[in-house]
Amino acid sequence: MIFKVFKKQELARLYELLAVNVIVGPVSRGNDRNGNPLYDFDVVYDFDELALDYTQTVHSPKRFVLPYQETLATFTTSPGGWEKHVDLNVYRPLVFFGMHACDINALNKLDLVLAQSTYPNPYYMGKRKNLFIIGIDCTPEPQCFCRSMGTDSAIHGFDLFLTDLGGKYFTEILTATAFDLLSEIKCTDPSSKELALYKHTAKEKSKRYTATVDTSDLTKILDLEFESKAWDAWGDKCLSCGTCANVCPTCYCYGVEEHVDLDLQHASKTKFLHSCNLIDFAKVAGGHNFRPTSASRLKYRYYHKHRGFVEAFEESLCVGCGRCGTACLADITPPEVIASVRGKE
Amino acid sequence: MQNKLHFINILGQGSGAHRKEDPDSFEYTLPAEITSIYPLTATEKLYQIQIIDPAQRNRFSFQPGQFVMLELPGIGEAPFSISSSPVRHGDLELCIRAVGNFTNFLNRVERGARVGISGPFGTSFPLEKMQGNDILLIGGGLGIVPLRSPLLAVLENRSRYGRVDIMYGAKSPAELLFTYQYEEWKRFDINLGITVDKADKSWKGRTGLITELLRERIAQASSLRENTYAIVCGPPVMFHFVCKMLTEAGLPMQKMFVSLERRMHCGRGKCCRCNIGSTYTCLDGPVFDYWSVMNLKEAI
Repeated sequence: MIFKVFKKQELARLYELLAVNVIVGPVSRGNDRNGNPLYDFDVVYDFDELALDYTQTVHSPKRFVLPYQETLATFTTSPGGWEKHVDLNVYRPLVFFGMHACDINALNKLDLVLAQSTYPNPYYMGKRKNLFIIGIDCTPEPQCFCRSMGTDSAIHGFDLFLTDLGGKYFTEILTATAFDLLSEIKCTDPSSKELALYKHTAKEKSKRYTATVDTSDLTKILDLEFESKAWDAWGDKCLSCGTCANVCPTCYCYGVEEHVDLDLQHASKTKFLHSCNLIDFAKVAGGHNFRPTSASRLKYRYYHKHRGFVEAFEESLCVGCGRCGTACLADITPPEVIASVRGKE
Repeated sequence: MQNKLHFINILGQGSGAHRKEDPDSFEYTLPAEITSIYPLTATEKLYQIQIIDPAQRNRFSFQPGQFVMLELPGIGEAPFSISSSPVRHGDLELCIRAVGNFTNFLNRVERGARVGISGPFGTSFPLEKMQGNDILLIGGGLGIVPLRSPLLAVLENRSRYGRVDIMYGAKSPAELLFTYQYEEWKRFDINLGITVDKADKSWKGRTGLITELLRERIAQASSLRENTYAIVCGPPVMFHFVCKMLTEAGLPMQKMFVSLERRMHCGRGKCCRCNIGSTYTCLDGPVFDYWSVMNLKEAI
């Protein structure tokens, strides 16, 4: 990997160079009911709109690659039959300005199942391949357990990654496009002092994690504790609302609905992101529900993230961002659920 | 303007052959036509569906046990087991019960209607491996539907298999499927055992659970350990009892195959709705050997 260093004021210049493209980044969204600042990702039109010192966005960046609602196909019907028209809804490249490591890793995990497996999903791939990602370092929040999940730093899946060294940004460069771009701003090779500062910053960051999840032998524990009473207790708390999946950067489940237009000559097929906690998730025609209880659905969510995905791809589907726990209306957090299933209070 | 990022068109990289690894195959459906509809019971009909383009029809090849996604524009898309013989390629037979939104609409559709077919998807029964062995086909209710394709494939090559038993149970005589074919099947030297839970006045056959039929079959052999394969399909409660009996009779778990039902929205391992633990029923199933099922939490 190639490293460069540039002064902070050069970042606005970098933004201007990229501004011919659509830019998405973290923006401020007021405060929550406790007075804490809220952030979200959105399209920005000016460098000053970016809140690069954001703590964590409420929603993950996934809606830019997996929209909550997306038209998969449209149909034109005629007396003799019908035609299907497919549009991948990819129109232009997108610059993502300021993505944290956990979210970069989340996209890498989504790639495994959506782009690198049998039947690659072109709606996802088209958007994903047209992302230019500038990563930025973060300060661990109380809910962050990314370190436990091994996703506290990103080693691929971005173009540039910025680390704040006070007055300068330390930059990791992963792609030729990013390298060419940096040649247009004033940047230098890192000095030994800057390298030392970068390493020191990383070390200091690692000391600031408070939430942890014990992932040792977790796949086996989840099998062994499949009948554990702990699931029922969490199931009783869970509202089956699906908020966790909504904010999760790696939840990709969906349902498909089709609609006929008023003229009866056109129809559409639309995908809606779903959640395995919603009551009808596994209900089949005829009425049988394979997961009728809240506990069975909540358990399945953990089982898929920490057991099933590991078996299929050798890594967990959780990046430890903690958004689900923060957003949960019943205060259910993964560190607590996993600890209780392990039998730790 | 030089920093305008280059737009990557992923479809430009596809081969256009609609292979499953090509991005352009994801929403690709083969135009097909319903060529005939046979009502089998009050709620089930057998739909003959032909892929319209002759070249695509011949190229369409599937193995018994696999399923297709059937699409009606504006109504929906749903997975159905193929009930026809693989030698018929894209001339498919699907037996469908009118039970949900999609199937109730289909129930009103008439001959000649255009539909979309995608697939085939999923795993199949390993008939090659079963050659030279006795075969037990055990179906309960709609479970006979996915069994019909392997059955027809076995009958077409009858001499390659040993003793063939079909055990089929339904709630009532009125709910029995494919009744018009029983005599034809019997001509191929097979043992057809049929039982209903509740008889009506005209019923002259057996009454009782399918496990009774199975118990009699097991009693005729000293053990099922050698030279026997079983294919089981039915409601979850039937799997439980039938698979237990077969295991106790000595049938090795890897010689017992089941076909599982789950909700599916994509058929391609992407929507997660059919997930059982680590497994997608649409990709790793719907046909599983009993060992895999035993190893999966909440499978049956």
